[in-house]
Amino acid sequence: MARSYSSPAALVSAAVSGVLFGIGLSVAQMTHPEKIWNFLDLAAIPSGGWDPSLAFVMGGGLVVAFFGLRLNRWLGWSQPAAGPSFVVTHRTKVDTSLVVGSAIFGIGWGLSGFCPGPAIADLGLVPQDAWLFVVAMVVGSWIAGGFLEWSERAPAPPLQETTRA
Amino acid sequence: MVHFTPLSAAVGGILIGLAASILWLVNGRIAGISNIAGGIYPIRRGDELWRIVFLVALPVGAWLGYWIGPAVFAEVPRELPHITLTPLWLVGAGLLVGVGTRVGRGCTSGHGICGLARLSLRSLVAVVTFMVAAIIVVFIVRHVV
Repeated sequence: MARSYSSPAALVSAAVSGVLFGIGLSVAQMTHPEKIWNFLDLAAIPSGGWDPSLAFVMGGGLVVAFFGLRLNRWLGWSQPAAGPSFVVTHRTKVDTSLVVGSAIFGIGWGLSGFCPGPAIADLGLVPQDAWLFVVAMVVGSWIAGGFLEWSERAPAPPLQETTRA
Repeated sequence: MVHFTPLSAAVGGILIGLAASILWLVNGRIAGISNIAGGIYPIRRGDELWRIVFLVALPVGAWLGYWIGPAVFAEVPRELPHITLTPLWLVGAGLLVGVGTRVGRGCTSGHGICGLARLSLRSLVAVVTFMVAAIIVVFIVRHVV
């Protein structure tokens, strides 16, 4: 069977990964905007009202991903188990769009307590509240994506594929 | 009411790291949620279905976690998220998050977990930038306005 990012095996893996990701967000209560605000509210440190939980989520995720995202190289895999190749960005330079985009994202994150993962995860918990945010987010991303494409005057860029041995 | 929940937070983070590792090792793709959702458009044949499957599975997992979390951890209450924001506020913030993650090419998962795990300088700059921006915004909203 030809390898594809949407082969049956890849789809099963995407489903397992998505479910695990959702359980992780939910168990860690990252699905609660209040929990995010209580982390971002550094001014609450002196009063003891600061909640550092989010740092523990990132820490736990980082430790596992640090090994998981290297395992293919350590095992000498030229291809992922089901997909055609390992896809990773070719970008290495810190540029203006990286900083400006991240700042815009941070403003929206601070205003809402929602980043993309928890917002989509909340469609399974409080869809009546989360859907508006998710629709606006996806529309914003697609508009910006269309604009970026237009400004670069190029057709949809091909997948940036790097096969790591 | 502030609860510091280090154990469930770390275990939740480990599950997220596992999810990212599976998607990388089996599919060869980075588990950045903004990229997975935003990358649906422009359409690339053969690169759509796995994104949709992942994005449907994510809220299913969150629902499962709503039951698993309190069953495993005494520190996790069984309560749904409280969304107290007005519709206009949600739409405005959603647009900012959508545009910002597209222009900055990543969010808390893509830059924050995967990028930092790959020791990417770009991701480090992105994480510091969105953290500082969000901290400033929360300070203004909670303590100034």
